[in-house]
Amino acid sequence: MATASVVNRREFLKTGAAGGAALVIGFHLSRKALADQAQDQEKKTPNPFDAWVRITPDNRVTLVLGKSEMGQGVYTSLPMILAEELCVDWKHVHVEQAPTNPKVYDLGTGGSGSVAGSWLPLRQAGAAAREMLIAAAAKKWQVGADTCKAKDGYVVHGHPERSFRYGELVADAAKLEIPNLNKVPLKNADDFTIVGREVHRLDTPAKSTGSANFGIDSRIPGMLYAVIARCPVFEGKVASFDGTKAKAVPGVRDVFEIKTSGRGASTSGGVAVLADNSWAAMQGRKALEVKWDEGAAANESSEELRRQFLENAAKPGGVLRNDGDAEAALASAAKKVEAVYELPFAAHVCMEPMNCTVQIGPDSAEAWVPSQGPQWAQAVIAEAAKLPPEKVAVHTTLMGGGFGRRYQADFVMEAAQVAKISGKPVMVLWTREDDMQHDFYRPASYHKLAGALDNDGKLTAYKHFQTSTSIAAKWSQKGADDPGLGEFGTGATIPYATPNIRIEYTLAHSSAPRAWWRSVEHSSSGFVMESFIDELAHASGQDPLAFRLKLIGDSRKIPQFGEGREEDHPLDTGRLKGVLQLAAEKAGWGKPLPKGQGRGIAGFFSFFSYVAAVADVSSSNSAFKVNRIVCAVDCGRAVNPNGVRAQVESAAIYALTATVKDAITVEHGRVVQANFNDYSMIRMKEAPPIEVYIVPSTEAPTGIGEPTVPVIAPAICNAIFSATGKRLRRLPIRHEDLA
Amino acid sequence: MAITFTLNGKSQSVDVSPDMPLLWVLRDTLNMTGTKFGCGMALCGACTVHINGEATRSCITPISSVAGKRVTTIEGLAISENHLHPVQKAWMEEDVPQCGYCQSGQIMSAVALLSKKPNPTDADIDDAMSGNICRCGTYQRIRKAIHRAASSMAGKAHSAA
Repeated sequence: MATASVVNRREFLKTGAAGGAALVIGFHLSRKALADQAQDQEKKTPNPFDAWVRITPDNRVTLVLGKSEMGQGVYTSLPMILAEELCVDWKHVHVEQAPTNPKVYDLGTGGSGSVAGSWLPLRQAGAAAREMLIAAAAKKWQVGADTCKAKDGYVVHGHPERSFRYGELVADAAKLEIPNLNKVPLKNADDFTIVGREVHRLDTPAKSTGSANFGIDSRIPGMLYAVIARCPVFEGKVASFDGTKAKAVPGVRDVFEIKTSGRGASTSGGVAVLADNSWAAMQGRKALEVKWDEGAAANESSEELRRQFLENAAKPGGVLRNDGDAEAALASAAKKVEAVYELPFAAHVCMEPMNCTVQIGPDSAEAWVPSQGPQWAQAVIAEAAKLPPEKVAVHTTLMGGGFGRRYQADFVMEAAQVAKISGKPVMVLWTREDDMQHDFYRPASYHKLAGALDNDGKLTAYKHFQTSTSIAAKWSQKGADDPGLGEFGTGATIPYATPNIRIEYTLAHSSAPRAWWRSVEHSSSGFVMESFIDELAHASGQDPLAFRLKLIGDSRKIPQFGEGREEDHPLDTGRLKGVLQLAAEKAGWGKPLPKGQGRGIAGFFSFFSYVAAVADVSSSNSAFKVNRIVCAVDCGRAVNPNGVRAQVESAAIYALTATVKDAITVEHGRVVQANFNDYSMIRMKEAPPIEVYIVPSTEAPTGIGEPTVPVIAPAICNAIFSATGKRLRRLPIRHEDLA
Repeated sequence: MAITFTLNGKSQSVDVSPDMPLLWVLRDTLNMTGTKFGCGMALCGACTVHINGEATRSCITPISSVAGKRVTTIEGLAISENHLHPVQKAWMEEDVPQCGYCQSGQIMSAVALLSKKPNPTDADIDDAMSGNICRCGTYQRIRKAIHRAASSMAGKAHSAA
């Protein structure tokens, strides 16, 4: 088998494909986006670098970093940033996945943070390399460095121009001291030639010819394919099993039990069926006889959860924010508006079902994992293999969708167990049913809102009570399971001026695994806040856009409530107003529409970005159609506007599915939905045109993969209200709610 | 028992269980992984290939039913690396793929549509493409790319005539 991960980084980094000396600059990506998760690890980190630029004598520029590609386009946008400062053709910057090193904490890929967190570090590293190459050339020519300049992969000087290619300079440049990255001169933004350009993605050819390799496409000589029978009930266990019939299926090689537990496990394990091919393994699993110990969760259901929500909502929750006296203001309000909003569990549904390929030898292990968090995958395999983590090489493959699901290591844990027990290279493959029924779901939640308006239509109080099956309760270390503000995200940072704010939270119990689903808690908070503000606008007889703009008021910066780590990223009300106004203008807000047609607007701040959407909806006979969605985004400087638009389009369709399609429901402790027939997705004929407008900005880039999700459901529901007078307060939209 | 069919223009023989779906024969027996597994129930279209020119979901097509037929997969669409199918070129021009996992199936469905309707309307595209799910939501780019491919193929047909 291949050797384990190269631990000697210096060696690894300094020899490129062409061999010989290379110019290598190590740096580290910003931890801001996931600061709380990284903080602990950072203290233990002996090596300050988690990313490198390597330039070899063959003129090859390689960017080595721990970022995974799941469709969001970072293997295009990150090279663009580096190439801008380095003055090379960005198409020739080759991205190499950093080897997973247990001594270096890598951030993984999530939180809409790849471009935001890499922007400054990549520019600094590119600029440092450029300055060193210029210095090396100047020395060779014995001229001042200030008389030389970098241009398209060359350092040039004088008239007539003489030049060195970068490759000719790397050996000399490598001997120079690396400049202080915080002081290296960066390009003036007016001189940008790559950043901000509309470019094609680099991975499109491979993804259009079938040659792109996803995790599921990993093929190792002698490998077996395995599927696992898992207890359908959350936290249930194998009581006993009989593999005789399964083993009789042609192609089936082995049947055995595996156990998974601890942080990150989605089930307690199950019975693995190993075969020569995926089909035989699936047939073997059908023939397998298993008795399950279903455990206490077998009594859980969506109905029971709703009863908990109602009981919790009848009592006050834990107070998370209390400005002024909301209760008193509500009691004395000229007009009081109350509403209840409900959101169900939601599944990620990556098109590529979960899978992981692992080979464990006596001294080392190797794995092919479609993962947003390869370092966690490495730790999980090391534990199963009883090997030190540095002996486990993890190859991060392309991912057929991530959406937060692939941050988890549950499928890796299973594959590691199967590989360890079988002693063979093996792919654990999930079927669509496995994927849908053993997900880490977006929490189900129940929200009680109350707002007070005075006679001038001003908002005098805003109260939001939430009860949910929190993510924090599932994930926090014992003793720290105190969910609260984290379940609101920026839903507790209210951009609408009011002196009295009260935010309350009560935890509801569920055994369903929960975790981060595209835009996480913002998907709920955005729907609730932006629907309720719309209700308040209508209650006060004002236009929903005008009402919002009036309450947002003058441009000012509001600190993100309760999230100290984001103090330097306050909510800028001017930018929120900007996207609302741009979306409204482009959508023709205020222009008359035929009867039965309406527009709805919503704006929200998340992942440090601002997105507004205007939906145009037609409704008749308790059915409706989304005709058009117009989005305006302010995500700072758009590195690749084409990529930004793609992410907004994508998030809009993702959110539309959650708005108008199906809910994940629980009966007898198990998920009811299993495949695309009962948990359906938006398809071509239901996909409305989506227009995307980007606010020109000189601010540093912020997130774009997720922040469109929160505004889609409220824009659509607000449009339906405008068209029909029916207020929709639970997702997904049900036929009967429109009747 | 060996089953013989034509795969991307070449004769191919496999000795597998006759009820094994074509999808798994392609992926696991022949290691041709361009055709993807998405649902196993012909609900998502990720596994779409052409059988005798018809777009077909390979995940529910037993290999025995393919005997003697012509199968084309995503790997067989381009004449060569430098001579991609106009639909593949249009996919690049419109930057369709994001994660890319469903795109083999999308492209196979689009090629089958254009072979029947060289100048499809939006309604034709809705009908032909609604069996293919894209979780990244690339639908409007797929629509544009199909129209683009149709124009480019029409242009070629004219210049050839």
